[in-house]
Amino acid sequence: MSNDLVHYVSQAPFDPTAIEALTPEQEQFYMASQWRMMWWRLKRHRVAVIAGIVLILSYCSIIVTEFLAPYDLHSRHTEHIYAPPQGLHLFHEGRFVGPFVYGLTYRLDMENLKRVYTPDTRDTQVIRYFCDGDEYEFWGLFKGRTHLVCPARGGTLFLLGTDRLGRDMASRLLYAGRISLTVGLVGIIISFILGITIGGMAGYFGGWVDSVVQRVIEILRSLPELPLWMALSAALPVTWSPILVFLGITVILGFLDWPGLARAVRSKLLALREEDYCTAAKLMGARPGRIIGRHLLPNFMSHLIASATLSIPSMILGETALSFLGLGLRPPVTSFGVLLTEAQNIEAVALYPWLLLPMLPVVVLVLGFNFLGDGLRDAADPYTDL
Amino acid sequence: MLNYLARRFLTVILTLLVISALVFVIIQLPPGDFLSTYMAELESQGEIVSPDKIEHMRRQYGLDKPLIEQYFVWVTGLIQGDLGFSFEYNLPVTEVVGDRLLLSMVLNFATILFIYVVSFPIGVYSATHQYSWGDYGLTLLGFLGLATPNFLLALIMLYFANVYFGTSVGTLMDDVYLNQPWSIDKAISVVEHLWVPVFVIGTSGTAGMIRRLRANLLDELQKQYVITGRAKGLPAGRLLVKYPLRMALNPFVADIGNMLPQVVSGSVIVSAVMSLPTTGPMLLEALKSQDMYLAGSFVMFLALLTVIGIFISDLLLTALDPRIRMHGTAQR
Repeated sequence: MSNDLVHYVSQAPFDPTAIEALTPEQEQFYMASQWRMMWWRLKRHRVAVIAGIVLILSYCSIIVTEFLAPYDLHSRHTEHIYAPPQGLHLFHEGRFVGPFVYGLTYRLDMENLKRVYTPDTRDTQVIRYFCDGDEYEFWGLFKGRTHLVCPARGGTLFLLGTDRLGRDMASRLLYAGRISLTVGLVGIIISFILGITIGGMAGYFGGWVDSVVQRVIEILRSLPELPLWMALSAALPVTWSPILVFLGITVILGFLDWPGLARAVRSKLLALREEDYCTAAKLMGARPGRIIGRHLLPNFMSHLIASATLSIPSMILGETALSFLGLGLRPPVTSFGVLLTEAQNIEAVALYPWLLLPMLPVVVLVLGFNFLGDGLRDAADPYTDL
Repeated sequence: MLNYLARRFLTVILTLLVISALVFVIIQLPPGDFLSTYMAELESQGEIVSPDKIEHMRRQYGLDKPLIEQYFVWVTGLIQGDLGFSFEYNLPVTEVVGDRLLLSMVLNFATILFIYVVSFPIGVYSATHQYSWGDYGLTLLGFLGLATPNFLLALIMLYFANVYFGTSVGTLMDDVYLNQPWSIDKAISVVEHLWVPVFVIGTSGTAGMIRRLRANLLDELQKQYVITGRAKGLPAGRLLVKYPLRMALNPFVADIGNMLPQVVSGSVIVSAVMSLPTTGPMLLEALKSQDMYLAGSFVMFLALLTVIGIFISDLLLTALDPRIRMHGTAQR
């Protein structure tokens, strides 16, 4: 020991919690609720966030469809049948005039009887905003005429073209989104409730209840979905009103979708019901419904919501397929599938390809739900690092 | 082992019984029966139907018996290969169907084959080259494949075939072979036409399969025995084929249970869109005209196809996975 150590004594009073003490940020981090942590993890998943924003915007748009759509769902423009999409322009002859479209001049091609529309570059029709257009009943509550955008006076505004009856595709797409998105949401709520109840009972009680539920799930999962959906919706009475048919289809979709969720709930509950806190609740006299709903389900609610998000697309696709085949919704109720029935005539589609446009929102929605669901599932996993 | 097989076989029988009951309920669901629809149609055409004739037809088709009895008549008929009677065509269902059932089976089988053949190399590539550009590109393609519903894909194919080739892809054989007895030439023609619908139906299944195989193989590749193998100096290719790939293959086979209902559903709607001579379009027609015996037979046939397919995949899995042979339970 050549160089002596200096004898050092700290004069500060001893604080036994010094090491465990947390800075305010750390405290916020460690005390964060499960949902808050899920939100943090989700935020890092860029694609999921974008998908979520797109979906939220879509669902917001269905609240104010009447206001957003330039035309009514059923308003027909007999002099503009199968008109092509009118491109939006900003500059006319090098001069800025704001968003406008060129008017269309119509000619019938006598050779193949195709309707030919050519944009007339002298006729600039500037779009108006917050203007009066087709009259509508807002959610059937009160009448209104105000639209976000309208065509110029005496002009037209078919941003996505028109169909066989001269109805504006853009407006029809907006209205169809309202129905298709609602089908997905209502269907998943039905299947969610069924899945939790049935799967919860199977997992909690076990025994014969479990065996029966297991068999039912196995059978339902081994059935090809679509033929069954088709058969069931064909069995809906023809006399039902379109609204009733809409409800019927939604219920059918929801009733055949629960096995996946029920399976997840069951397998989790089988493990969780052996936990001490569950026994404690039982000893204190809690009823099964309370134990399942209050003590067991919250453990994996986030996970359930993620899987529910992932199964919404199959509902939307199911409804689209059924309506497309003519077994689902019927006009005047309009969904993406109903719009696509116009595209069944492939000769018409070859001449007027914009009839295929309703595909686009379907694909975007399905992708959106898939990305968001994937992100939620990763975020709901408590073992990933923050 | 035998015990397991026997139990599995019993489950198949039970499942089929329950499905048949379900299908029968669906057949009976629409208000009124085919005869009342038929009568209404005749009357709308101005024809007068005598009550005697109706009563006669009702008895002939067994519609006057109680439901349970009708069900048993139908089920025993099914077992004996008698699929019931199509009111719409006024012919036994077996004759209406012709070789549609066979073509349906061929189509579904070819699709499953397609899914395996395409997804296997891609899945292995994606897993072994994780986060490479190839992996990202294939993943993106896979997502698109998953998100595009197959009937829309069918529409797009029809559209492009119409616009660029001026032909229709909506057939399964050259026109000359329609309604001809089976021959080598006809079979060849079918094989030549099969690839378009097979591609359309198989896309989403392939995309899903690639994702699952990739995930499974990635899990295996991280395990210690792989590191051990590598440390021993096994060549990469040999190591991959010898251990992790075999492990990742089990879920690959087991997944047929999820895939088969999907493929059968897909083939129905794609056939309807492309009007292929399989069960799809006819099922749709039958449902629309509420010719419920015909429709019921089709649904029953499709369910049978799925259940038997899953059974076969379980047998394959038993051969592949010793754990099932030893313990008698499938571990999925």
